[in-house]
Order: sequence, then C-alpha cells, then structure tokens
Amino acid sequence: MTGPDEPAALSATGLGFRYRARGGWALRDCGFTVPRGRITALVGRNGAGKSTLLHLAGGLLRPAEGEIRALDSVPGTASARSRVALVTQDKPLYPRFTVADTLRMGARLNSRWDPAVPERVVREGGIAPGARVGELSPGQRTRVALALALGKRPELLLLDEPLADLDPVVRGEVMATLMTEAAERELSIVLSSHVLPELEETCDWVLLLRDGRVGLSEDTGTLREDHLLVTGHADGAAALAGHDVVHRRTHGRQLTALLRPRGPLDGDWHVTHPGLEEILLGHLRGAEALAGDLKEAA
Amino acid sequence: MEGDVVEYRIDRQSGIPAYVQIVRQTEQALRMGVLRVGDKLPTAREVVAATAINPNTVFRAYRDLEQAGLVTSRRGLGTFVTRSLARPGAEDDSPLRADLAAWVERARAAGLERDDVLALVTAALDASDEEHTAQKQRPQHKQEQQEQQEQQQQQQEDA
Repeated sequence: MTGPDEPAALSATGLGFRYRARGGWALRDCGFTVPRGRITALVGRNGAGKSTLLHLAGGLLRPAEGEIRALDSVPGTASARSRVALVTQDKPLYPRFTVADTLRMGARLNSRWDPAVPERVVREGGIAPGARVGELSPGQRTRVALALALGKRPELLLLDEPLADLDPVVRGEVMATLMTEAAERELSIVLSSHVLPELEETCDWVLLLRDGRVGLSEDTGTLREDHLLVTGHADGAAALAGHDVVHRRTHGRQLTALLRPRGPLDGDWHVTHPGLEEILLGHLRGAEALAGDLKEAA
Repeated sequence: MEGDVVEYRIDRQSGIPAYVQIVRQTEQALRMGVLRVGDKLPTAREVVAATAINPNTVFRAYRDLEQAGLVTSRRGLGTFVTRSLARPGAEDDSPLRADLAAWVERARAAGLERDDVLALVTAALDASDEEHTAQKQRPQHKQEQQEQQEQQQQQQEDA
C-alpha cells in the first residue's frame, strides 16, 4: 500500500529551498512519500519548514535543489493546478466581496467547480451569503477559504494551519467538514498544525519536520505500535542502550523515556503505550535535547 | 430501519484507538439489544460528521465487525447487523437486571457514589476473573479478558 510504485499524494527527493533574504536553508535533503487517500498531519516547531513545504507543494515556490511532486505532477503545471488546492495561512480573499461573490468567482475560475459543496460548507457555518468577507470572524473566513478550495473538487488539499485562530468548537466543526469530504470521495489532505490533540483521531499519516529536514514520514498506527513510554530508576538507564531512544528525561532518581524498542527490554520498567500526541511531542523535543547535548559537548 | 439507531462517542483522551471504541460500542449496543438484526449502522459520513474522526477509522471498525460476523456491508446500501449479541440476562426486564437495580438502590441508600459502585463492580468482576483463571491454570494474556467474557457468556447460555 505504501510501496515506492504506489501513486503518491506528495513526494520529494533531495528537496531543498532557501529564502534569499534570510540566508540559511529553510528545507534541505528532504525525501519522503505520502501515499494517496491519507489525511496527513504536517508537524514541526516554528521555523521547521512546514509552510515552505506547502508553498512548494502548491507551486507558489520553486525548489532550489531536488524535486517535489504533487499527485505525481510538478507543482504549478496545469495538470497539478487543476487537481491540487492550497489554502495558505493568510487565506487570501477579497475583503470587499460578499461570500456569494467569492463563490461565484470560484465558479468562474475553475472548470471543475461543484457549487453544492462550497454552499453547504458556508451554510453549515451559519454564514449569510450577503455578508462581506472583510466583516467575517476568523472562523468564518477559514470556512469561506475552505469552501473555495473544496469547490475545486481537488484530489489533494493542502492546508497551512487551518485550525489556528479558531475556538475549540469551530476547530471540531472544521475538522468534521474535512473528514466528511474525505469520506465521500477520493481526497488526500495534508494539513500543518500545532494543535496536536486535534490530530489524534483525524490523521493517519505523519510528516514531521525538524530544522528543515524530515524527522518522520509514517503511518500513525505504526507509530503507535512501535513506541513505548517507559519509567523506572535512573540507575537502570544502561538497559536502554541498543534501543532507539527518542527522548529521555531524568527527574531525581526517576527516568522517563520514549523509545522504539529493538527487541525485548531488559530491566524493571513501567511500560505504557503513549498516544500520538505524546509520540509527536517526544520527537519534537528529542531534537531540542540533542541540540542541547551538542552545545554542551562543544 | 435507518442508520439512526446508535450514535458513537469518541473519547480522544482515553488512549483507546477510535476504531476499537466503535467496535466496543457496537458490541455493547448488540449486547444490550439496542442494535438488532437488520438494523443499519450509521454511514461513515454520518459518523465522521458527528465525531470529526478519520473516515478510514470507521471503515476499519466496520471491517473488524464484519470479520467477527456481526454485520455485513451491502454495496451502495450500507452496513447491516446480521447477528445479535443480546443475552437473555441483559434485557431491560430480565431478573438479573432487576436484581442489579435493587442492589444499586441499596448501595445508594448506603451513601455510595457512582465511582464507589463502579469500583465495587470492577473489583467483584476481577475477583471472579481471577478465580476462573486459577481454575484454568493458564498464563495471563492480553486477550484473556475477552476470552473469559466469552466463556462466561457461553456458561450462561449453557446453564
């Protein structure tokens, strides 16, 4: 199902990008394959390269090195543009347009436009068609931007922080709208988010970026099965050698570690299966701890 | 019967995968007689719209239920209950249930809170499980609890 020959929603090899003004590489040596039909969480700390990756996937930026493919097409080409929709963080909408005008514009600009879906998405948010976009709440603006993107009937939907600025109720509603769309037809979604709890039962693939590089590109079920959270006496730390320790923390005599065991675990440990949020936090923190170690060594 | 017989609740903090929660809630509804043979389960779209979980999760849960022989999916029509798990003892008007209701009243009268009652019931079930395990002299496994439940149901049926 995830073999290299299977059609990919998003894939990259040796992908790199640098912003001229900022100097350093925003992305470097990125290689991954996200299978189609997945709902992918793109996670990473601020500045890890999430937005850059989505802009590259949507064809708004060109790679400096390597390549990226959206639905096996080069982003920005006609074949990719008609099948890929990108909603950026700033959600570019015309503030003076009414909601109805905005949807009419979408219909004009897209040959595959389906009016039913955007109208439902707007209606479910209780948004009046005559309301001006500039007067909408952040949650309502997100809905209109989503409606516009879904009206294209994309096969791949790229969303940069769609849940930011939304209250918990609206977050749930927006996720429900997205999941409903995915249930009805073949739709791959890649969404970046810092709201890890919301991703727990919605995403089935994780793409984790760390300092511009790919930290994880895996099925969430596999991640849950492979990771253990162990707690025990700090004196027993030697028993963890030989396992992939993602993150470890010592507090007094107690040691807590998130790890991917390679074979049976020796020693006296209290072992639990962590949830997705804990696993992702461990991988995000792991990088920081490593950087700290390096600094001490230097 | 339309697919509005049961509604799934997904607890994201429980640490239990959502597909397992759906399977368990379906089994419980079958056991309690809330779901009966011929009933239609909610469509993936309905579940997803209400819970905002990944549609693949619903498909996986329904596939597991189908493999367990509890439901069958008919293309384009939906997923239907084919087998009930209702035990004669679990129905609303059964003597066991009446006994339990009376016991709960006594527990309340004695000042026990909901959590106290649940703790007592869990402890009694655990003690009973242990007794059965000791009788069987078998090592403890993950799936044991489920097997024991099935054994107990079998014994109830046989009795």
